[in-house]
Amino acid sequence: MPQVTFIEHNGTAHTVEAELGKSLMEAAVGNAVPGIDADCGGACACATCHVFVEPEWEAKTGARTEAESAMLNFAAEVKPNSRLSCQIPVTAELEGLVVRMPEGQH
Amino acid sequence: MNDAPFPTGQLESEPFSLPLDKLDPGQPLLFKNQEHYPYFARLRAEDPVHYTAESQFGPYWSITRYNDIMAVDSNNKVFSSAAELGGITIRDRRPEVRRESFIAMDAPRHDEQRKAVSPIVAPQNLAMMEVGIRERTIKVLESLPRGEMFNWVEKVSIELTTQMLATLFDFPFEDRRKLTYWSDVATADLAAGLVKSEEEREEILADCLTYFTRLWNERINADMRPDLISMMAHAEATRHMTPDQFLGNLILLIVGGNDTTRNSMSGGLWALSQNPDQYQKLIDNPALIDSMVPEIIRYQTPLSHMRRTALEDHEVGGKLIKKGDKVVMWYCSGNRDDSAIENPNAFIIDRKRPRQHLSFGFGIHRCVGNRLAEMQLKILWEEILKRFPKIEVHGTPKRVLSSFVHGIEELNVVIPA
Ligand code: HEM
Ligand code: FES
Repeated sequence: MPQVTFIEHNGTAHTVEAELGKSLMEAAVGNAVPGIDADCGGACACATCHVFVEPEWEAKTGARTEAESAMLNFAAEVKPNSRLSCQIPVTAELEGLVVRMPEGQH
Repeated sequence: MNDAPFPTGQLESEPFSLPLDKLDPGQPLLFKNQEHYPYFARLRAEDPVHYTAESQFGPYWSITRYNDIMAVDSNNKVFSSAAELGGITIRDRRPEVRRESFIAMDAPRHDEQRKAVSPIVAPQNLAMMEVGIRERTIKVLESLPRGEMFNWVEKVSIELTTQMLATLFDFPFEDRRKLTYWSDVATADLAAGLVKSEEEREEILADCLTYFTRLWNERINADMRPDLISMMAHAEATRHMTPDQFLGNLILLIVGGNDTTRNSMSGGLWALSQNPDQYQKLIDNPALIDSMVPEIIRYQTPLSHMRRTALEDHEVGGKLIKKGDKVVMWYCSGNRDDSAIENPNAFIIDRKRPRQHLSFGFGIHRCVGNRLAEMQLKILWEEILKRFPKIEVHGTPKRVLSSFVHGIEELNVVIPA
């Protein structure tokens, strides 16, 4: 299982094992990483699983879908590297991935 | 003899014996009497995507299961919120009183306007507001009578949500009860009696517009400040609104932030009083407030539904919904769906995934104020637990006549001296 790291807004890092085929959001929630609320449970319908993907990883995590962009529109502090972690499938290629979290999910 | 399926004022009391095609779960009286739950239980089991051909609101579809609601709510390409198609409630607004606000708009206009007001509830702003909300909450709680009966709705729920709204709008504090009044007028069912006709409603709301227009004019020429009116007056997407659109957005924010939070403040106390084991659990471990707050919002479901209009033929749960059909997503039913939520009829303050509920909707219209509402409730319960060992509830709540706003008008309590 690839290891991925979530960095909270305050700088606290959480490195967890992410199960292949599940989403990055599920890796966070399943390992009780604070700061990923995921209210909708991965349906791309709440934008409370918002993360910033470190630039060197963008190619491997893929591009936003249209529905994802529509939801991200309303998240606070959206940046070009904003993604919804429930829309990022965990693959072997993501070994060592680092994502950061916004101040709050809303 | 009246041969209508449901003569006015009288309800079919046996939701399980009626022929399915006569089942009309949207009747306001069902909600006032809290008799709607078994109707939805039957629909979820037997006909989860249900068509009612005749009702006081005309023909409509009922979406009753959690997953189907999620699918409709997040499919805004097919399911429109547009005011000109009838809007977002089971009751179609008459064309001449249809008013625009972004909750009743589709993309892209919705997106622009929503972006203009959402920064006020961004995480940094919420953190700033927390201190003020706590001070006001403490003041209200400290002023409550001891050892005598009073209406919790009036003295706590309404007072606190109104003060909160006054803060958000930077509205003259001494006039704050006007906000509550306008909110009630905007949503009242005519049968409930607060307003007797649409004309009367419009007259009262015209006063609301006049009042706010004065504030707008003061603020559009002043420096930008972090209140909702200044934000709307200064944002490109909203500064050119017509008076009608301005009124629409005002009402949206007043109603959005008023009724819903108010009824969660009342509903939470009622739920705890009915579940003494949960109340004890809370007293023993106040840290559970964090998971209790979303549970209160799920359990109460302050808005029973949102409505959409189909823009094209589309299948949901095996039924073909036709272009132009009215589609009602019953959040109150999805929130009791045991295929999505374990033991959904129970009020449990320490659920593992308490935010897994439909009360705020999902998709691009998902409630802007959801974290603000949660924060208000969290502060309220923190401060209650610090000062009142017990609040005794007397009798049963008096409910609002509406299948949209799931509200409590009266909840009598005593705080022991
Ligand atoms: C417990 C309290 C609340 C509940 C249950 C609630 C519920 C809802 C629901 C169901 C929707 C529509 C979702 C949809 O169509 O999919 C909504 C939208 C909205 N709510 Fe709330 N709300 C609450 C508190 C608030 C507060 C405090 C505010 C004020 C800041 C607010 C402002 C809004 C606005 C502006 C919208 C329109 C969003 C849009 O169309 O994009 N709400 N709310
Ligand atoms: S979990 Fe809701 S959008 Fe990702």
